[in-house]
Amino acid sequence: MIHLLESSVGSDVWRQIFDFANYGELLDLVRNSLIAGAVLGLVGGLVSTFVMMRDLPFAVHGVSELSFAGAAAALILGVGVVVGAMTGSILAALVIGALGSRARDRNSIIGVLMPFGLGLGVLFLSLYKGRSANKFGLLTGQIVAIDTPQLRWLIITAVVVVAGLLVIWRPLTFASTDPELAAARGVPVGLLSPIFMLLLGLAVAISVQIIGALLVLSVICTPAAAAMRVTASPRKVPLLSMTFGFVSVVGGILLALGSSVPISPYVTTISFLIYLVCRVIGAWRTSHGWSRSRRSTAQPAAAAAGG
Amino acid sequence: MTSTSSAPVLQLRDAAVVHGDRTLWSGLDLDVQAGEFLAVLGANGSGKTTLLKSILGLQRLRSGSVTVAGRPVRRGSNRMGYVQQQRRLDPLMPVRAKDVVRQGLDGHRFGVGLPWRVRWDRVEQALAEVGASPYAEVPFGVLSGGEQQRVRMAQALVTDPELLLCDEPLLSLDLNSQRTITGLVDRRRREHGTAVVFVTHEINPVLPYVDRVLYLAGGRFRIGSVDEVLTSGTLSELYGAPIEVVRSGGRILVAGIPESTQSPHHPAAEELAS
Repeated sequence: MIHLLESSVGSDVWRQIFDFANYGELLDLVRNSLIAGAVLGLVGGLVSTFVMMRDLPFAVHGVSELSFAGAAAALILGVGVVVGAMTGSILAALVIGALGSRARDRNSIIGVLMPFGLGLGVLFLSLYKGRSANKFGLLTGQIVAIDTPQLRWLIITAVVVVAGLLVIWRPLTFASTDPELAAARGVPVGLLSPIFMLLLGLAVAISVQIIGALLVLSVICTPAAAAMRVTASPRKVPLLSMTFGFVSVVGGILLALGSSVPISPYVTTISFLIYLVCRVIGAWRTSHGWSRSRRSTAQPAAAAAGG
Repeated sequence: MTSTSSAPVLQLRDAAVVHGDRTLWSGLDLDVQAGEFLAVLGANGSGKTTLLKSILGLQRLRSGSVTVAGRPVRRGSNRMGYVQQQRRLDPLMPVRAKDVVRQGLDGHRFGVGLPWRVRWDRVEQALAEVGASPYAEVPFGVLSGGEQQRVRMAQALVTDPELLLCDEPLLSLDLNSQRTITGLVDRRRREHGTAVVFVTHEINPVLPYVDRVLYLAGGRFRIGSVDEVLTSGTLSELYGAPIEVVRSGGRILVAGIPESTQSPHHPAAEELAS
C-alpha cells in the first residue's frame, strides 16, 4: 500500500511485512474493512462447521471459483462485483447441490465446473480494461477496497446466512450425521441440502470479495476443522470456529496494516497456525482425553484389575 | 400367535410394495401385538428393509394399509423407534453419545433448541436403560461397534415408542455385543410391552426371544412360529426349490437357498447361522 512507496529504497523485506508507523491513522482508514472482516470471520466460522460435517470443502472451492467468474463478468458489464459474485456462487451452489447428492457425483461435478469457472474468469479479466488492482483482488483479496454500500450488502447477506442456519440448525445437524435416520424421524433431508447449498453460496460470495476466490477455504473450512480437533461438543464447535474465523480475519487485517503486502497471507497464516495448535491439542486429547471422559463407573472391573 | 382381545400395535392389511416393475410382496396381512417379538427373515432383495420403510412411512404401499397403534403411519412418529445397522461415523464428527440420543428426541425440530429446554433428563434415562451412561460424553465416532449400537438403541427408545423397528442391528458386531443388544431388546418388550419387528439374516442370535417369524422370499411369504416356518418343507415350498433345514444344538442351519435373480452376488447356499 502507501508504505511500499516510502520504504522502497534499500528497505528489507521485514520492513514491508511489519511496519507499525502511523498505526492510529491507518486504523481510521480501514474501519470498513475491519467491520467486513469481523462479519466474514464470524459467518465463515459458523458455516464452516456444516461444511466440515457434510464433507464439503471441495464444494466450497468450486463455488468460489464460479463466484470469481461471476464477479469478473460483472466488472466487464459494469453491474458491480457484489451482484456478480452473488450470481456466480448461487448458480454454482445450486448446480452442485442438485446434481451431486452423493459424494462421488459431487466431487466429479465440482472437478468439471471449477476449471470452467476459473477459465471464464480469466477470460473476463483479460477483456476488462479497468484498474488492474481489481483483477488481482478478486483472486487473492481486496479488503481495503470495501466501500460503504458494499459493506451494507455484505452485512445483509451475513444476517440472511446466520438466520437461515439458525432456523435449520437441528434438522441440518441430524441430516449431516445420520441422513437415513433423520429421514425416518421426519426431517426433510432432500430439502435441507439445497437450502444449505444456497446459504453456503451466499457465504462464499461474501468471502470472495474480501479474501479472494483462491483463499476462501481459510475462512470457510479451516476454522471448523481446527475446532473439531479440540472438542466434540456440538455447541462448542461452532462457537470456537467463529472465534477462530474472527481472530484470523481481524487479526490478519490489523497485522497487514503495517505492511505493504496484501492482507490475505496474514489471514491464511493465522488460520493455519490456529489449526496446527488445535491439531497438537487434539492429538494429545485422543491419546489421553476421551478415555478419561468416560465416567469412572465405566470400568469398575478394569479399575479393580488395575489396583 | 395366540389371539388376544387387545388391538395390535402394528397392523398391515393386504399390503403390497412394488419396486420398479417388480412386486416385492403383496397380500401381506400382519398383526403384531404389544410385547411381541417378530423376526423378519429372507434373502437379500426380498423386501425386508422395504417392509420397515413402509412402516416408517418412507415407502408408499402399492395397495393395502399400515397402521401403528390404530392410526395410519406418519413419518417421524414418536410411537416408533428405529435402529439401523452399525455404520462407521467419522470420529471427528462433533456429536457425543448423548447428542445422538438427543437427536432422537428433538433432532427433527427446527431452530437451535434452547439449552434450558433440552430434556437431558430423558436422554440420561434412555442412556442408563441401555447401560451407556458411562460414555455419554464420548464422541460417537470413537465408540466401539457394540457401544454405538447401545447408543442407537437409546436413541430409538428415548421417545418411549410402542413399536421398535430394528434393521440388522447385529451386523458386524462381535458375539458378546450381539447378546447384549438382543438382551436389551428382549428386556424392553417385556418391561414396557414394546412390540418388536426385527429384520435379520441370522435367526440364531435372536432364536431364544422370537415369538413369530415372517419369512419373505421371491414375492411370497410365510408367517408363523419358528417351528412352523423354519422347516425344510415350508422353505422348499416358499422358494420352489429343495431347502434343507437342520437343527443342531439349539441352532438352525439352512442350506440350499437358490441364487436370487435380483442379487447376482448372493451366494448360492446361504447359512442362516452365524
